Amino acid sequence: MLAAAQAGEHALLVAATGAGKTLAGFLPSLIELSQAEPTAGLHTLYISPLKALAVDVQRNLLTPIEEMRLPIRVEARSGDTPADRKARQKSNPPQILNTTPESLSLLLSHPDSLTMFTGLKTVIVDEIHAFASGKRGDLLSLSLARLQRIAPDLRRVGLSATIADPDAYRAWLAPYGDIDSVRLVPGEAGAAPDIAILLPSEENGVVHVPWSGHSGSYAAAPVMRLIEANRTTLVFCNTRSLAELIFQQLWKENEGNLPIGIHHGSLSREARRKVEAAMARGALRGLVATASLDLGVDWGDVDLVVQMGAPKGSSRLLQRIGRANHRLDEASKALVVPGNRFEYLEARAALDAVEAGERDPDDFHPGALDVLAQHVMACACAAPFSEGAMLDEIRSATPYSAIDTELFGRVLGFIRDGGYALKAYDRFRRLAPDGTDADGSPVWRVSHPRFVTQHRMNAGIIVDAPLLDVRFKNGRKLGTVEEFFASTLSAGDTFFFSGLSLEVISIKDTDLLVRATSRNARIPTYVGARMAMSTNLATRVRNFLCDKAEWPRFPDEVREWLEAQDRRSVLPQPGQLLVETFPRDGRHYMVAYPFEGWNAHQSLGMLLTKRMEARGLQPLGFQASDYALVCYGLEPVEDPASLFSADILADEFVEWVEGSSLLKRAFREVAVIGGLVERHHPGRRKSGKQVTFSTDLIYDVLRKYEPDHLLMKAAWADARRRLTDVGRLGDLLDRAADTMLHVTLDRLSPLAVPALIMIGRESVARGASDDALLEEAETIIREAMQAG
Amino acid sequence: MVPLSFDGRQWMATREGALFDPVSRTLVVADLHLEKASWYAALGQMLPPYDSFATLSALTYLVDRLDPRALWCLGDNFHDGGGPARLPRHARDLIETLAARLTFNWIVGNHDPALSDAFGGTVHAEGRLEGAALRHIARRDVAGPELSGHFHPKLRLTLRGRRVSRPCFVRAGEKLILPAFGSLTGGMDAFDPAIAVAAGRVSEALIVTDRRLVCFPNAVTEMI
Repeated sequence: MLAAAQAGEHALLVAATGAGKTLAGFLPSLIELSQAEPTAGLHTLYISPLKALAVDVQRNLLTPIEEMRLPIRVEARSGDTPADRKARQKSNPPQILNTTPESLSLLLSHPDSLTMFTGLKTVIVDEIHAFASGKRGDLLSLSLARLQRIAPDLRRVGLSATIADPDAYRAWLAPYGDIDSVRLVPGEAGAAPDIAILLPSEENGVVHVPWSGHSGSYAAAPVMRLIEANRTTLVFCNTRSLAELIFQQLWKENEGNLPIGIHHGSLSREARRKVEAAMARGALRGLVATASLDLGVDWGDVDLVVQMGAPKGSSRLLQRIGRANHRLDEASKALVVPGNRFEYLEARAALDAVEAGERDPDDFHPGALDVLAQHVMACACAAPFSEGAMLDEIRSATPYSAIDTELFGRVLGFIRDGGYALKAYDRFRRLAPDGTDADGSPVWRVSHPRFVTQHRMNAGIIVDAPLLDVRFKNGRKLGTVEEFFASTLSAGDTFFFSGLSLEVISIKDTDLLVRATSRNARIPTYVGARMAMSTNLATRVRNFLCDKAEWPRFPDEVREWLEAQDRRSVLPQPGQLLVETFPRDGRHYMVAYPFEGWNAHQSLGMLLTKRMEARGLQPLGFQASDYALVCYGLEPVEDPASLFSADILADEFVEWVEGSSLLKRAFREVAVIGGLVERHHPGRRKSGKQVTFSTDLIYDVLRKYEPDHLLMKAAWADARRRLTDVGRLGDLLDRAADTMLHVTLDRLSPLAVPALIMIGRESVARGASDDALLEEAETIIREAMQAG
Repeated sequence: MVPLSFDGRQWMATREGALFDPVSRTLVVADLHLEKASWYAALGQMLPPYDSFATLSALTYLVDRLDPRALWCLGDNFHDGGGPARLPRHARDLIETLAARLTFNWIVGNHDPALSDAFGGTVHAEGRLEGAALRHIARRDVAGPELSGHFHPKLRLTLRGRRVSRPCFVRAGEKLILPAFGSLTGGMDAFDPAIAVAAGRVSEALIVTDRRLVCFPNAVTEMI
């Protein structure tokens, strides 16, 4: 790191957790600051994806700085920083400022950012692996381009956990994607983690690896025993609803009444802070958590990490394991609890991948256009800008290197007046012409100060689903649930939340009023795309199926399951797509095993059942998992290959996505990030001044009159990438024609069991129109009334 | 279009939220909220400038199909007083064409109390149609059959795991509240207390499907 600094090169440090990456990142800055005459002004900017990390790193830096008696000021800046300190940071900046991508973007929307960052020498981006490839990464990449323009000699430093493709990150970090300008600095390898898979044994009282399920809740008792045997245990679950379920199960087994807690993104901020503080004090013996704790400040005392359900990826598993024992020389201890037999294979694959040093591939993609619009508006808020210079600056950010003049023109048009073909808003435009620059390129400025305020109020990348506050009658807030879940509840219903069993009293405006109850309850489900198994684990699982040399490593019942499949049906080769068809209970089933993850299978299920309907196969429903897809109906599928043809991704895909809620959900997000509509500010809603409208209606109008609008393009990009996983779906269909292995069976196969058991537990009505559902509901009500 | 009985007579209700009286050949719609998008644009939210055109095209389509002799718009025709001045040319043409074809009656609403008849048609505070009062906001203190708008009623249900949300009519005794016809108009829950106060405690939400009118009485539906 020091050599790179002396050579003035950008650098990417890749090292295992616990290797002291952050301090290594700061070292060149500390040395420079201690050697030079104490300079006024900002020297180093540190950016972390997590507010709490920015604050924690500030605290950790202060110790060596004080010990060495260095005249260096370190401060943190985030949404929580008091306004007077923020103002002081601009007029009299510290030498080192720790902040987040969103706070940096806001800083750059202020005119004085141009002077504040002039002398900036180094920018450090921490945990770069955790967010570079998403929208927050897009925003930061644009902010880095801006900083480089203000301070041309600025050195960029990235800090990352071990990653599959360091060059992709070097390209992301480098100005103009020039990989060679970023020195790759490999860190020391950490001690290999000590990971085990929980298997049935007499000792732990577990009898079977279950046929189905994702939670691992059958293992609550042995996990509780482990919590008792260790100092502090982190129990990771893949979804918030599973976390609530596991917490309940553990509590039932918690005979010693040990202090255990729960932490996930739907709990109120106060509740989360309280749990985090208890962890920091070492007051908790166990904490059930979700991805909300994948990143975070170090808790020295965590000595065991338990992963409930499949790990979904080797990098994710390592990241979670890394939360235990942040010391390089000591092995982190972890246990994976597979939810079912496929998940056992996935867990085995993850352990092998970790051992082989193999990481999940990262999905870099062209930068999002809604983020670009937000960034350009931020720049405009700071100062007038020239169109030509801004385009060049944007292209220096690697995710946006392919933006051409035409597309940039559309982005500018969008910011100016919505960018509609019908020029109705000339009078209202937010950007006004301000002459030309030396090269004759047009210069733009914000036309009214109120648009600056509006931008700062609404900037940001995270757009929450519509939420309701869960409250007791006395007003105490327990957290939030998605409106979708709340809409399934009526007065008297009970559900688990925040580790409590709650009964609904009523739903009033944005509050879900509840009281505690001892009655049995259900678990809130949270909609949205699921975390899908990574492609490298999928490849490994496919290999397990056909490579019998691997089988002796598996527990007896998993091996027997595969052997039975071998006898009764077929085990596909890694390149083959197995499709089984069989009758059962008067229905006809088709089970495909693409191993392309839940999101791609869910999309495929929608498309296939629509096709089956068109062909008169009378489909009744489908059920997707990470491994397989089951479609079932009244008629047998005799020619699956024709159903799986790749042209399904042309018209039928577009028609389905346009008609589904997916695109509307994506549109809502890009409309907020792009600045088309204002965010719903909770405080203002009560005042009644804020008139809200539905982005669904805007979407409908736009789709009809201007389907090629910039935001439609942005919404489609999101829908394809995140919501439908169309990339993996396309791969699947491309190989389907050549590799499909269709087996007709007289009854269900062993491999089909896990998928079939889930039918009915999770599936929702498909195919039926809203009209049909409304008519059915009315009929039911009428019958109920007549009976009474 | 499906039959809807109200005030002892058969009316026709359309999926778009309009009501048609086949006897007098009169079409009734509520809450067009024209130029809502440009009202937001003036405040910096550049919503698509096609809402008035979309709303008036839908209205023209209905007029083409039903060939009414008269049209009543039950108030909040424009989203604000400045709306008429902002109305784009192609949208204004649609109004003028309609006004030339049939008797166009505007009733003023709380969003457009000072509406003028600049585009043609006649502006009224209230109206009458076959014995029913026509006004913007339902009045509980006045007895007798009444058609009104204002509340934008909408029914939201979760049916077999799917959320269904539809604009709806609300029928309560002698009162019928129409859904909003405007393309950018949101909605209020059909059983919101505000509607109960204006129209009456016992009501039904009426939704038009392609086949028939489905009725959800509030007493039962609130338990779904």
